[in-house]
Amino acid sequence: MGLELYLDLLSQPCRAIYIFAKKNRIPFEMRTVELLKGQHLSDAFAQVNPLKKVPALKDGDFTLAESVAILLYLCRKYEVPDHWYPQDLQARARVDEYLAWQHTALRNSCTRAMWQKMMSPVFLGEQVPPETLASTLAELERCLQLLEDKFLKDQDFLAGPHISVADLVAITELMHPVSAGCQVFKSRPKLAAWRQRVEAAVGKDLFQEAHAVVMKAKDLPPADSAIKEKLKPSVQVLLQ
Amino acid sequence: MGLELYLDLLSQPCRAIYIFAKKNRIPFEMRTVELLKGQHLSDAFAQVNPLKKVPALKDGDFTLAESVAILLYLTRKYKVADHWYPQDLQACARVDEYLAWQHTTLRRSCLRALWHKVMFPVFLGEPVSPEMLATTLAELDVTLQLLEDKFLQNKAFLIGPHVSLADLVAITELMHPVGAGCQVFEGRPKLAAWCRRVEAAVGEDLFQEAHEVILKAKDSPPADPTIKQKLMPAVLAMIQ
Repeated sequence: MGLELYLDLLSQPCRAIYIFAKKNRIPFEMRTVELLKGQHLSDAFAQVNPLKKVPALKDGDFTLAESVAILLYLCRKYEVPDHWYPQDLQARARVDEYLAWQHTALRNSCTRAMWQKMMSPVFLGEQVPPETLASTLAELERCLQLLEDKFLKDQDFLAGPHISVADLVAITELMHPVSAGCQVFKSRPKLAAWRQRVEAAVGKDLFQEAHAVVMKAKDLPPADSAIKEKLKPSVQVLLQ
Repeated sequence: MGLELYLDLLSQPCRAIYIFAKKNRIPFEMRTVELLKGQHLSDAFAQVNPLKKVPALKDGDFTLAESVAILLYLTRKYKVADHWYPQDLQACARVDEYLAWQHTTLRRSCLRALWHKVMFPVFLGEPVSPEMLATTLAELDVTLQLLEDKFLQNKAFLIGPHVSLADLVAITELMHPVGAGCQVFEGRPKLAAWCRRVEAAVGEDLFQEAHEVILKAKDSPPADPTIKQKLMPAVLAMIQ
């Protein structure tokens, strides 16, 4: 059994890995784990990732969790072009800096924005209090401003003149609130231009393909009560 | 001007970097940024790190934020012993996996434990409800269990037989609730034994030195009202 990637394209980090693997023609078996059916909570999947999250990787007997770890593993094992994770000390540090910052910043606000604005009302049938949503969207704004001012600045890509894994991780995050109807790029021409560059670098078809699931999330039928019960505990924290 | 490290040893990631740099005899100028005096919020410091956080690094004109990025930069630039961040693909992936996981889990619960148990009441004069504290300590318990079961398991160190960056980042986290008076190692002989091994690997003197500040945190004099007002927004955002 070759490389297996356990993914649900509903999830931002899964999209980053999917795009990266496809773009670099890394051969893998796609193992879809449907989050909205609670498949990540199964005992079978816990054998692959005891943290019960996607993405996860299985390469022979070796299992690996955490999207950043998976991206770096793929970079190294498949010897992808340098720009994805540059050898240059400072350029690489810039990528590391972004990958570290995003966990508690952009990642957090994009997930919350998407769940509070869309998934909670549409899928769970529960409205989130307006103040909570407003606070979340304000936090998202703050993160977007930092993304522009501290990371992108006047560069073409987040870590410099070429696309890197940092851009993949960031763009897939931003598509989360986009899927919920947030006008993330509307008043931010710098970010909009960067998005065009990332899409072009990755390939429009691949980009669309990776985002098909999340862009249709707003049309999901409501969850039945059994699923709601199952997912509630893990989703609860996103709705606060 | 050589390497400058902007640190406050009150902060867990700062301690990890301090220990790493000292242990590896990396020459640096220590630039203390006193968090409890709000020095990280100054315009001067924003020149070093616009994210207004410690740790931060300045190497000539190059500035860098995010402890994981800083540790990796130091690892590469100063060509430290392999075990800190192994060349081996899978061993390296295990370090990456830990470093990614910890941001939103152990880091978060250790920070909350310190602030809810000690810093809010003692330093900021803000009471914390028993329910809030109980919830925080319960979360800490869950993450400590994951640390043991998923990461440490039956190994000497988090990723294998030798100490790595993962151990430094983890141990400095655990010292946060220890500084708050939480009996983190009570009933956890595996973690206690691992802690002793990490201390021995790092050197007991260096370990004590790095932890002097946090172990005195519960004796912090109360903040004056100006400082309290200055710090509150950042503190609330940090422990969210």
